[in-house]
Amino acid sequence: MALIEETRFENAGLRVSEATPGDYLALLKPRVMSLVVFTAFVGMVTAHAPVNPVIAVFSILAIAVGAGASGALNMWYDADIDAVMSRTASRPVPSGRVAAREALAFGLVLSALSVMTLGLVANWLAASLLAFTIFFYAVVYTMWLKRWTPQNIVIGGAAGAFPPMIGWAAVAGDVSLYGIVQFLIIFLWTPPHFWALALFKSGDYQRAGVPMMPNVAGEASTKRQIFAYSIPVAAVAVVPTLIGAASLAYGLFAAALGAAFVWYAWKVLRMDEADRGMRAAKMLFAYSVFYLFAVFAALLADGIVGRAGGIW
Amino acid sequence: MSVMEDENGMERKGVEMTAAQKKARRSRNVAIGLSLAALVALFYIITLVKFGPAILNRPM
Repeated sequence: MALIEETRFENAGLRVSEATPGDYLALLKPRVMSLVVFTAFVGMVTAHAPVNPVIAVFSILAIAVGAGASGALNMWYDADIDAVMSRTASRPVPSGRVAAREALAFGLVLSALSVMTLGLVANWLAASLLAFTIFFYAVVYTMWLKRWTPQNIVIGGAAGAFPPMIGWAAVAGDVSLYGIVQFLIIFLWTPPHFWALALFKSGDYQRAGVPMMPNVAGEASTKRQIFAYSIPVAAVAVVPTLIGAASLAYGLFAAALGAAFVWYAWKVLRMDEADRGMRAAKMLFAYSVFYLFAVFAALLADGIVGRAGGIW
Repeated sequence: MSVMEDENGMERKGVEMTAAQKKARRSRNVAIGLSLAALVALFYIITLVKFGPAILNRPM
C-alpha cells in the first residue's frame, strides 16, 4: 500500500495531476461515442444474423471504447490547435488537466484493448475493421489530412462511417452491400455537416491554421459544395429500399428527410454574404445532426419490424 | 517545493500534495479499480457465453 499512500515526491519538478476520471472520459469524446454506438447497433440489427445478446452488447462496448480511444489519440495530437479554438479550448489536454503523453498512453492502451476484445468476443474481421478505423482517424485524418487539405473531412469522414459496417461484421462475419450503403450514408453526410459548422466557426479554424473549406476556398464555394453534397446525401438514404434491404415505408420517410436536407442546404446557398449571424448554416448544422439520427433510427425500426415479420 | 522530515527525522525535499490533488488521485484510483473489476467480469462472462460448460470438458 506504500505506493498508494505516498503523498510526497522526491522530484520537486514532478507535475502532480489533478485529473479526475471525468477528464479521461472526456478524452473519449462521449458525444461521438454515442453516435458510434447507435450506428453500430443499427448495423448489427439490420444484419439479421443470429447472435447471442451478451456477445452483441460486449461487441458494442468494444466498438465504443475503440472509437473513444481514437478520440483520445486525436486530442493528444491536436492539443496545439484545440488550445486556440473556442469550441475545444476547454478539452482536458489543452486546458492542462491531462498531460499529452497521458492522453497518448490512454489512447494506445484502449485501442489495443478494444481491438483485442472485439476479436475475441465477435470475430477478427470486425476487429480488423475497428483497428483500421482507429488508424484512419488517428493517423490518416488527424496527423495527415486535417492540417494539409480542405478535403480533410471528406476523406477523413470515412472513419466516422465505419461503425455500422463493424457492427454488421461483428454479428454476420462479413461485409455486405447493405453495410456499405450504411457506410455511404454517413460518409456523404459528413462534409455538409462539418462545412456548415465551419461556415460559422471559420474564425476559429483560421486562427488554428486548419485548412477548412470556408477559409481556403471561400464562403461562396463552400455553400455551393454543401448544396452539391446535399443531393447525394438525400439520394443514398433511399438506396436501402431500392436494393430491397428496407421497406417502402422507410424509403418514403428517408426521401422526406432528404428533401428537407436539400432545402436547408438551399437556404445556406441563398444565405446573404452580409449575414454574419449565419442562421441558415446553424439551422443546417442542427438539422444534419437530427437527420443522421432519424435515418438510422428509421433503419433500426425497419430492421426490427422486418426481423419480427421475416418480411425483408 | 518544501522541506519535510521523514519518519526517521531526516530532512527530505519534496512536493506536498494539495487536498485537491489527493482527492483527484483517489477518484482515479477508484475508477481504475472499478475498470479492472469490470474487465474481469467481462472476460469471465465472455468465457461462459462462448464456451459454456465445454470449457471444463477437455483432456487434462
